[in-house]
Amino acid sequence: MAELSAQASQPAADARSRSMSEGLFGWLLVAPAMIFIAVIVAWPLAETIRLSFMEAGLGGEKFVGLENYEDLADSRKFHQTVVRTFYWMFLSVGIKLVMGLIGAMLLNAAVPGRALFRVLVMPPWVIPMAIGCIGWLWLYNGYFGVLSGVMMKLGITDGPFEFLAYKSSAFYSAVVTDVWVGTPMVTLFFLAAMQGVSRDLYEAAWVDGAGRWYRFRRITIPQIMPVIVSMALLSAIFTFNSFEIIWILTEGGPRSATTTLIIDTYKVAIGNYKFGEGAARAVIIVVLLAAFSLIYLFFLNKINKRYGVK
Amino acid sequence: MMDRYSKLQMVGIYAALAVFLTFILLPFFEMFMASLRPLEHLFRSPYQFWSDDFSFQAYKDMWVTVPLLGRYIFNSIFIATSVTLITMFFVVPAAYAFARLQFPFKNITLGIFLGVNMFTGAVLLIPLYRVLRTLGLLNTYWAMIVPGVAFLIPTGIWLLRSYLEKIPRELEEAAFVDGASRMYTLRRVVLPLAVPGLIVVSVAVFIGAYAQQFLFAITFNQTRELQPLPAGLFEFIGYQSVTWNEMMAAALVGVLPVMLIFLFLQKYLVAGLTAGAVKE
Repeated sequence: MAELSAQASQPAADARSRSMSEGLFGWLLVAPAMIFIAVIVAWPLAETIRLSFMEAGLGGEKFVGLENYEDLADSRKFHQTVVRTFYWMFLSVGIKLVMGLIGAMLLNAAVPGRALFRVLVMPPWVIPMAIGCIGWLWLYNGYFGVLSGVMMKLGITDGPFEFLAYKSSAFYSAVVTDVWVGTPMVTLFFLAAMQGVSRDLYEAAWVDGAGRWYRFRRITIPQIMPVIVSMALLSAIFTFNSFEIIWILTEGGPRSATTTLIIDTYKVAIGNYKFGEGAARAVIIVVLLAAFSLIYLFFLNKINKRYGVK
Repeated sequence: MMDRYSKLQMVGIYAALAVFLTFILLPFFEMFMASLRPLEHLFRSPYQFWSDDFSFQAYKDMWVTVPLLGRYIFNSIFIATSVTLITMFFVVPAAYAFARLQFPFKNITLGIFLGVNMFTGAVLLIPLYRVLRTLGLLNTYWAMIVPGVAFLIPTGIWLLRSYLEKIPRELEEAAFVDGASRMYTLRRVVLPLAVPGLIVVSVAVFIGAYAQQFLFAITFNQTRELQPLPAGLFEFIGYQSVTWNEMMAAALVGVLPVMLIFLFLQKYLVAGLTAGAVKE
């Protein structure tokens, strides 16, 4: 009798203990990753905040309160860097999105050879950025690079043109390289989204006599809008944080023309061992990025609602 | 019918594709061309589009100019492999938990992981530099592996989670009803089914790990013997003259491993990476 009831209650108890342990089990599985991230990201982040109130170098640290921040608030050079960083971000992301959209449309067109073209778009995304930048360094070379060579042949310039030697050409050259690095990913995500749009929609519109452009504007764009919007944010964050491209091409020069916040922070902290001043800049970067993302997500929500996406 | 293009449209599409692909592939093409030119020819100005002295000599000489080149390539692969293995060790259980289990603060936790993507290395370099110095890890392989893992865990979780969500639940439930423990179900039922996804995510992580080494290497490592290729390449500049042709040759040889892996798996990789962009 006792045996029987024990047996009967066994599965129930099992199920209960299992279902109770689901939360615990979930945490158990997530914990290692969480702890690792905490040590390598959260702790340093907290350290950055603490350091930003210090005067810290290779020697010791001294508490200086808000001094680092006050210095930045007063610095015209820093204001210019902030403006330049946002200009860099908006310009580069804007071009990437437009190119990505055009590229995805082209690669989505049912023409012979498109499987090959799709593969050929990807290399800049796959290879180390530093290596791609070495290629660009060569292209931008005034004496031996192909770009300057073509310009001379066409008579646009009469002598060698060093793309990275002048303030504005260096800046826009860096933008072009950044676009080159970022476009493949954007293109492929847009392409994937376009392939996911139901054919029925197009066919219905086609039967109704809608032209290609109309279908693109009224079906494709709204259907892939959520992907466009999220790629814009992702791409904005990457571009804002972009380090290698500028560092390899110009190290922030000439005369700060390509110095973005990340480059500035790196130079101050790692270049000159002014950890406190660098940390204050890093904190400002985090705050700016977080604010930007929140504002953006707010609009994302609205757009998603409008297009009926959860 | 709907997809048919007129001749003119075809020409337009191919012309636009040609422009687009020229932009994407020009640097590679020029790197390859530069690697074939002897140094004297390279430094000829104005630029010459063609010449008859192309040779593969640079691919031989580069090993002499930078004697550690082979070591750098090995380091790159070694670091990327280590990062991949360690990252997957953290990612697999976490991704499973996010895909299948209900636990307190699940969404917030996932949000925190994805938020890490916002702080790329550069923001955290200062304290990381100090942390690694305190732990005595500066100028070791670990100095490049540990930060690499941290920044790839979120991506890995994200990718693997969406893959795991597609595996039918019924199998797990069946195992569960048969009395298998949760851990047993994960190891013996879920993981074998997830092998294709595990491969795709591992390769994606490997490519990421191979690509991100430059910043960590120039910041946390001064030991020449441990330098990965993207940092080591700049030694071609450090010598008396810049041996551009050899540098380009070395760069191309250096991207060969990832390009080959990518070419073989590109179909699965692209599908896996862009899975989030496609509506179910």
